[in-house]
Amino acid sequence: MSDVLAVAEHRRGELRDVSFELVTAGADLAEAAGGDLHVAVVSGDVESYADSLDREGVDAIHTVAHGEEFNHDVYEQAVAALAEETGASYVLAPNSVNGLDYAPAVADRLDRPLVTDAVGLSYDDGLAVTRELYGGKTEGVIALDGEAAVVTVRPAEWPAAEGTGDATVTAADVAIDEDAVRTTVTGFQEVGAGEVDISEADVLVSVGRGIEEEENLDIVEDLAEVLDATLSASRPIVDNGWLPKDRQVGQSGKVVTPDVYIAIGISGAVQHVAGMKGSDTIVAINTDPNAPIFDIADYGIVDDLFEVVPALTEEFGG
Amino acid sequence: MKILVTVTEVAAVDDEFEIDGLGVDERYLTYDLNEWDDYAVEEAVQYQEAHDDVEVVTVTVGPERADQTIRQALAKGADRAVRVWDDALAESRLLDPATKARVLSAVAREEDPDLILTGVQTGDASFGATGVALAAELDIAWAAVVNDVDVDAGAGTAAVHRELEGGLEELTDVDLPAVLTIQTGINEPRYASLRGIRQAQSKDLDVCDLADLGVAAGELPFAYDLTDLYEPEAEGEATLWEGGPEETAGELAELLREKGVGEA
Repeated sequence: MSDVLAVAEHRRGELRDVSFELVTAGADLAEAAGGDLHVAVVSGDVESYADSLDREGVDAIHTVAHGEEFNHDVYEQAVAALAEETGASYVLAPNSVNGLDYAPAVADRLDRPLVTDAVGLSYDDGLAVTRELYGGKTEGVIALDGEAAVVTVRPAEWPAAEGTGDATVTAADVAIDEDAVRTTVTGFQEVGAGEVDISEADVLVSVGRGIEEEENLDIVEDLAEVLDATLSASRPIVDNGWLPKDRQVGQSGKVVTPDVYIAIGISGAVQHVAGMKGSDTIVAINTDPNAPIFDIADYGIVDDLFEVVPALTEEFGG
Repeated sequence: MKILVTVTEVAAVDDEFEIDGLGVDERYLTYDLNEWDDYAVEEAVQYQEAHDDVEVVTVTVGPERADQTIRQALAKGADRAVRVWDDALAESRLLDPATKARVLSAVAREEDPDLILTGVQTGDASFGATGVALAAELDIAWAAVVNDVDVDAGAGTAAVHRELEGGLEELTDVDLPAVLTIQTGINEPRYASLRGIRQAQSKDLDVCDLADLGVAAGELPFAYDLTDLYEPEAEGEATLWEGGPEETAGELAELLREKGVGEA
């Protein structure tokens, strides 16, 4: 019998979607392991968060009211203390920027193995975690010895938990050692606001690493022009400074939902897909037939973008 | 001031490949400097160029093959390098972040740097955890997914921006010494100059094993048992157009016109 502790995530007063997905993943694992599902809520308006998180499958919610926003030193201490207090064998955290800012430290403090970015969890006399390896080209199964681990769970892989539960809600008796808090969050800053709002566009011509050189952007700019579409990009193009940040689609950029999204030379890494999977029609042009972008595309062309894109521009009189 | 930068050699897989047992067949792998680490090296070298008395040391856990990657980092301006490898590490099919962090921490304790920079993640295994695990192991401060760094060596702090999701950055002050995991896009990594490449050949690359570091292999976690590796099944139901570029572009043009795209 092994209990599970799922750690909720919130930001600026709101629970993030992944928190409810963690409840689903945690409830499934707890059931398989024959244990209870505990949910940890740390910092912010913990009572209101606890209320929202009381969904089907949750047995107990533990709150630690300390500060408003995320601080990894506080999370490290609170989560490790709750894992010990509840006796939970498995700690589940989101595989988010903040999740990865504390989960490795919790694993170190508890001396438990850590597996990040899980896309599947199975339990059979121990935990086995499925995750991508080799840059997403393969999936592997990692079996863990022993009955304890910390796992970060990929967002949007599990459905959000629904329904109403009857969990007990307890203010946990966890004292935070302020001397061990070595980082101070001083504020937030919005970035990527620019002249163009790609999230408002009906048609996006989106370019990725496959374009190879900055000079080659001409061919996608020409296509966008004849289609009367807006130009957007995946992360590497913005990292290289070839297009401004306001053009970036994906986890750290904008979430877009156009009528038509044309992905050119974009492999479709999970961080990119998170930003465009809600598009009505997705078209992908890529030389790699195994590129993950084809998993979510409606239409695809497996060919050299340097031949297809000019031919398409020509079709529209360019 | 001393900056330690972790540098990993990563494997990129060809578009078409075969799996051999629990790994991708070597014939389909190309090894290179991890993209995130390239930005971390650049960040350290830029700091060195702007300040007096800054030493940049790289540390790598990897086999002899990785020397080529390490020389790249040296050619870009790092002063010297340490590489750790051992039969016990070579036997593991997949090193977990805690094991890597434990090995790196032994080097960090010897080097005693003021600042440690790592990439946010590697491009192949992509655990995204070794930097924070290293800080925890060393019991020093850290910040993950950093895309702006302003070090105040006198005050012993660094003001960083952490890149959160959705175009939001968190502004955080971190006590030094600290581990910062560096995100792509923070700077523009340079190409090594010919002079840099020549100089790199004569820079120190110190190779050591676990015993040299005083680490007992039996005390490392080696927490992972990789039991399966496969190509994920394509989930897509995309209509794939076939033929030459003119034909496929024609099919796509027809679809776009149906949707009212590109009609003046």
